[in-house]
Amino acid sequence: MVDFSYTVWILLIPLIMFVVVGLFGNRFKPLVSGIAGTAGLFVMWILSLITAYKYFFVLEKAADGSFQKLLAFNMRWLNLTDTLHIDMGVLLDPISIMMLIVITTVSFMVHVYSIGYMDGEKGFMRFFATLSLFSFSMLGLVVATNLFQMYIFWELVGVSSYLLIGFYYTRDSAVAASKKAFIVTRFADLGFLIGILMLSFSTGTFDFLTLTGANSPAFSSGTGILFLGLSTMTWSMIFIFMGGAGKSAMFPLHIWLPDAMEGPTPVSALIHAATMVVAGVYLVARLFPIYIFAAPVALDVVMYVGAFSSIFAAIIACTQFDIKRVLAYSTMSQIGMMMFALGVSGYGGHEGLGYMASMFHLFTHAFFKSLLFLGAGAIIHAVHTNVMNEMGGLRKYLPITHATFLIACLAIAGIPPLSGFFSKDEILAAGHDKSMLLYIVESIVSGLTAFYMFRLYFSIFWGKETHYHHTPHEASKTMTIPLMLLAVGALLAGLIPFSMFVSSDRMPFHSHIEMGIAIPAVLVGLIGIFTAMLFYRKETSLPDKIYNALGGFSKAAFHKFYIDEVYLFITKKIIFNYISRPIAWFDRHIVDGAMNGIAYVTNETSEGIKRFQSGQLQHYALVFVSGVILFTLLFTYLLTN
Amino acid sequence: MTPNQLMFAIFSAVIIIFSILTVTSRRILRAATYLLFVLVATGGMYFLLRFNYLAAIQLALYAGGIVVLIIFSILLTSHIAEKLEKPGLKKIIPAFLAAAGGALISIATILQHNFPAEVVSGGDRTNITMIAKSLISTEKYGYALPFEVISILLLAAMVGAIILAKKRKD
Amino acid sequence: MFEGVPLHWFLITGTIMFFVGIYGFLVRKNLITILMSIELILNSVNINFVAFNKILYPDHLEGMFFSLFIIAVAAAEAAVVIAIIINIYRRLVSINVEKMDEMKY
Repeated sequence: MVDFSYTVWILLIPLIMFVVVGLFGNRFKPLVSGIAGTAGLFVMWILSLITAYKYFFVLEKAADGSFQKLLAFNMRWLNLTDTLHIDMGVLLDPISIMMLIVITTVSFMVHVYSIGYMDGEKGFMRFFATLSLFSFSMLGLVVATNLFQMYIFWELVGVSSYLLIGFYYTRDSAVAASKKAFIVTRFADLGFLIGILMLSFSTGTFDFLTLTGANSPAFSSGTGILFLGLSTMTWSMIFIFMGGAGKSAMFPLHIWLPDAMEGPTPVSALIHAATMVVAGVYLVARLFPIYIFAAPVALDVVMYVGAFSSIFAAIIACTQFDIKRVLAYSTMSQIGMMMFALGVSGYGGHEGLGYMASMFHLFTHAFFKSLLFLGAGAIIHAVHTNVMNEMGGLRKYLPITHATFLIACLAIAGIPPLSGFFSKDEILAAGHDKSMLLYIVESIVSGLTAFYMFRLYFSIFWGKETHYHHTPHEASKTMTIPLMLLAVGALLAGLIPFSMFVSSDRMPFHSHIEMGIAIPAVLVGLIGIFTAMLFYRKETSLPDKIYNALGGFSKAAFHKFYIDEVYLFITKKIIFNYISRPIAWFDRHIVDGAMNGIAYVTNETSEGIKRFQSGQLQHYALVFVSGVILFTLLFTYLLTN
Repeated sequence: MTPNQLMFAIFSAVIIIFSILTVTSRRILRAATYLLFVLVATGGMYFLLRFNYLAAIQLALYAGGIVVLIIFSILLTSHIAEKLEKPGLKKIIPAFLAAAGGALISIATILQHNFPAEVVSGGDRTNITMIAKSLISTEKYGYALPFEVISILLLAAMVGAIILAKKRKD
Repeated sequence: MFEGVPLHWFLITGTIMFFVGIYGFLVRKNLITILMSIELILNSVNINFVAFNKILYPDHLEGMFFSLFIIAVAAAEAAVVIAIIINIYRRLVSINVEKMDEMKY
């Protein structure tokens, strides 16, 4: 038996870092806290790699040849009933280990990068402390042994995301964005909590091992019809997915993600590209056996929401000019694809291709998307603007950024043999097995992805020659080295035989590239790239013409399909006017009125009787003595029979 | 009338008359002197009842200590020649009614009650050794705990009095 | 009955002394005279205790000890009260109880 109990330190190190850096960071030079945080992350990264090695190659497999699910560490924390209790622990299985690798790798790169990027910023130490808090909560989320632990860390992730988005808290837009992110995800988490409660009510447990095991109580209980013809289990899984959709910015809860780009760019790379936003995907993957066996309708919901979000976001991404926003919508689109892949997946072996593809895409996406964000950060650092129209011709000034950005763009566009190709191919293959229509939709998304990424690439690095206030220059080593390392990841991550490690039933299987899927996918990607090249390589009026030709549609896309406006309409016009106002009136006049009435009566009465409290000691004494005498008289003479 | 009855009558008369004078005298120093007489007569009562030790305490502590303390404070706060103003009728009448009523009820109750007609006769059965032993005894009829408590109380009162009377710096 | 003096007599003396004290407490304005009234009240109680002790339970000493403790408490009380009076005098330059009505409504 291989001992994994040390994995609890992967969790504890960032927590200690958070406390130490947060409390004592300002005693030292800012750089010290940056280096301390990075060193902690490095240790965690090494530990994660060791864990992965030991888990996949040293630990013997279960009797049927699958990877074991094991509790590396467990502690009973709250006892609710004999069977229902909340634990804190570390659960190791292929997906949690994969997430450990993703999180620690990206987080480590982001830490190194941030030392350069955040240099000289006010609140450098606060940044690293919060980053450690985030790492702690995200890792706690992925190794959670039960739903409740996951929920707790889920909220902690939300809090650290809130803190990081609002890092520049003197800027109004950042404050608004952090509030928006927090409120929207909180609203979604309400659904998550309801789902957890419903699920645990019908199954009597929070524990993942029990819930997703072979004889899960989720398969047998909660099958009765609850509402709208769906069973309790289906509803609870839909509610849980609502939480996941909120965190993963799925339509219609995606509105916070583009605004979240107000945070520092490394934060966007870590939280809003690679780790936190995939928590929803991870959640669905974690509960996948319940979805597939007990709530297939909920899984269909996941599929449709994922597919719609991916195309929806891809269209918006083509019309945006802020490079970080393009990347944000791209993230949303890619996560939509992951959700879609989960939704189309079956269970076991090749049936579970979608599951494996989703996790694979999560894995590769983490590399190239954080690379894109960090590259965008380097660009913004160099030219001090977010808007791609104000850029152009940067390839001469930023050679390293240019090269790594190009690699990332090729990877996300799905050009072989870069990592994105493999995972996206698996997703499309899985989609093809399930539904032709959605397969075509996802292929279009894939083409759009290639298009908008290369639109970005050409606008930034080629296009018109722009005059800058001062010549842009390549960022420092601490920023370029992570870029290069992530580029290596984006290049090579796809070559990992992923299906040998991660699969829906934890049983290794061989996946292969189907030429019938791969060739059209690559062609679509190439078409996207060439279109973008045509439009943006040199300055032409072609994009504007097409934009105008599409008329209302492109305008709507530019305005993000007015989703924000719809939300504003619903909240301000409908909820405020027709729900909040009557409640406010009721509160002000009836509830407060009753309170004020009581206070008024009390006040008047006391005004009337306050003269009794004259402050004259002898009055009091007289009343006291008279009272005693009266009572004596009463009880000894008048009331005795 | 036995000598005892005579002594009682004298003490009782002194107590009643001088206590009334104490609360009515308009010269405060005289009131204090009348109080002294009352306290001495009370001590006499104790003697009459053969509580010699208690009587000694009464004389030493009350008559000797407290009255002196009171006189000190009078000297500190009032002019000797000053006559206290007469309390108004508005105050006297209710107070008199309350006091007289209470006295009447109490006396009526006392007279109605039949106390056992046991005749007890003289001799101080208490000597100081016994009292001292009782005070530090922890057994039945022992008063070690109240004794300790009262010691603490006295200490606290002493400290408190000093703190209160001390001149503040501000 | 104690050597010819009935218990009633003691009690009545004590009662009268008690209510004279009460009267003084209610009527007097000077704080020191109020203190004196309180001393009267305490003393009357002592007389009752001692008389009860001697006449009803001649073999016991509870009444006497009660009186003893009351005297001790009275001494402590007098010390504190006088400290308070001096304090008040310093502050208000008067020890008239009617002027001390800051704690009213």
